[in-house]
Amino acid sequence: MANITLKDIAHSYTGASDNPDDYALKKLNLTWRDGGAYALLGPSGCGKTTLLNIISGLLIPTKGQVLFNDQDVTRLPTEQRNIAQIFQFPVIYDTMTVFENLAFPLKNRGRSKKEIEPRVIALAETLGLEKELGTKAQHLTADAKQKISLGRGLIRQSVNAILFDEPLTVIDPQLKWELRSQLKYLHKQFAFTMIYVTHDQTEALTFADQVIVMYEGAVVQVGTPEELFFRPEHTFVGYFIGSPGMNIIPCAVQGNRALIDGHAITLGRRYPDQPNSAKVELGIRPEHLHLTAAEDGGLPVRVVKVNDIGRYRIVRVALEGRELNVVVPENTEISGEQAGLHLDQDHTNIYLNDHLIAGEEQ
Amino acid sequence: MIVKQTNQKAWFMVLPVFLVVAFSAVIPLMTVVNYSVQDTFGGNQFFWVGMDWFRDLIHSERFHDAFLRQLLFSGIILLIEIPLGVMIALAMPRKGWGVPVCLITMALPLLIPWNVVGTIWQIFGRVDIGLLGHTLASLGFNYNYTQDPLAAWITIIIMDVWHWTSLVVLLAYAGLCSIPDAYYQAAKIDGASRFSVFRYIQLPKMQRVLLIAILLRFMDSFMIYTEPFVITGGGPGNSTTFMSIDLVKMAVGQFDLGPAAAMSLVYFLVILLLCWVFYTVMTNVGEESRKGDA
Repeated sequence: MANITLKDIAHSYTGASDNPDDYALKKLNLTWRDGGAYALLGPSGCGKTTLLNIISGLLIPTKGQVLFNDQDVTRLPTEQRNIAQIFQFPVIYDTMTVFENLAFPLKNRGRSKKEIEPRVIALAETLGLEKELGTKAQHLTADAKQKISLGRGLIRQSVNAILFDEPLTVIDPQLKWELRSQLKYLHKQFAFTMIYVTHDQTEALTFADQVIVMYEGAVVQVGTPEELFFRPEHTFVGYFIGSPGMNIIPCAVQGNRALIDGHAITLGRRYPDQPNSAKVELGIRPEHLHLTAAEDGGLPVRVVKVNDIGRYRIVRVALEGRELNVVVPENTEISGEQAGLHLDQDHTNIYLNDHLIAGEEQ
Repeated sequence: MIVKQTNQKAWFMVLPVFLVVAFSAVIPLMTVVNYSVQDTFGGNQFFWVGMDWFRDLIHSERFHDAFLRQLLFSGIILLIEIPLGVMIALAMPRKGWGVPVCLITMALPLLIPWNVVGTIWQIFGRVDIGLLGHTLASLGFNYNYTQDPLAAWITIIIMDVWHWTSLVVLLAYAGLCSIPDAYYQAAKIDGASRFSVFRYIQLPKMQRVLLIAILLRFMDSFMIYTEPFVITGGGPGNSTTFMSIDLVKMAVGQFDLGPAAAMSLVYFLVILLLCWVFYTVMTNVGEESRKGDA
């Protein structure tokens, strides 16, 4: 059990290099608190797995250090790190029974049979594998095989961390839900550090206390699900989290006013002037936009399409040819083609070159 | 009911195949069957003898010896080449410039024709001019494959290992390369030893290619002819007279067509039986793995 610190970690699969583009993982500093539940969220190919493999020792980072508490383990082999990792696709030992599979990590560490047996049986019950314990693992379904993989990760209770690399990809949705709750339950019970890689935001947000969002090899935000939703620090976070994602609109900012295609709107905060070459954008979530009748003021928009998705409606509107999403309550009438668009000042964020700028209270 | 117009002319298209198969397989085989139940004193005179040749063969010590020699040879070959091939495959690099170098080196012996391999080792082992034979003799070893049966056996076995282990290596290497990285990573996480990785990951994943390797090496060594014929000619005495050599001696050397025909039919049935056993085992194993994959 330990705090895991990544210090100035960077990794390039082609060897050390001065060109930042060669790095699959760009320089980052992160600390994983002992007992925390973390999710690593990002699109495929953003470096999530690379980061995981560096923690578990399957990869030695090109630069930087991995610390468990204060001990430098950067070059320590995987076996000695006391880390469990579960992979995207089931890995089972074909010739062993389910029992032997689950017992394998303990057996390799020289635990006695007396200690192994009750633990394997208890875990098999949690995972719903108790009937299959005597079966050869290769005869099972993909679901059951992945449960075995999960089980081998969970069987050691004193691990420093359990790393999950999109482990539920091959599992069908109903079972996915059950397994996820079981993982949460086990986490509460044993308080191991849990790092969960996924590209599914629902999975990340329901699972973790802290979500780390990665994009093109860099960490763009670390925060609670609320922070990611209300104050995305990068336009990618705004776009990636939420359904539909944040509306990003190019604009010019002068003090507490933003100009969007010549329409001025008032902002909640005051921003310093930006050079003309900078990319300035306004980001607002569809949930924080409101529509009124065209006569009641607001930005003049044309209604393009209304999607009813049950609990609410998503209205697609065009502002000077730029399309935006607006979430409106189920019972709102949308009449006519023209409407007025209003922005919620408190939840309007301004981005300079994709990064959130704070502005000052006015 | 609709009566379907049928045109049987398409059967003529298969006629060439029928002819080819008849001339290349069916007629020769039937000729052999024909010989096996008759006796001849030349001049194209044949006498019906029924099952006599088969009865003689089953009780013939010469046939028993050749058959046992053959089994022993195939057994030794498999015991050496399969483990050795797996070991070499395990030691081969998985990436980098070493891969093409190893693969080409391994493929070289496979490219040499049988009789050339025989000739190479025949000369290599000669005590008067051969590098191996002369060196061993000068070092005081009593090595002479033309006089000592043990030396002859050792020479032929080393030659076969040299010639054919590569095949096992290449097959095993292909099997090893198809194991996803995740298995090795999981093994590291689980704290598995090097031996456990071999025992529980590599060996089970190589199972199918190894069965093919065993089958190929068994069939090939069971019908070995050219190399021992070139090196020892079946001697000294009859010590390296394997079944095929014995068969040729009988048919071409002694011109005993009847017994030779009976022997080749038995030889054929033995090979057929063993292939059927292998095939059954392999398909069962294959099915078991497929069930597991589903």
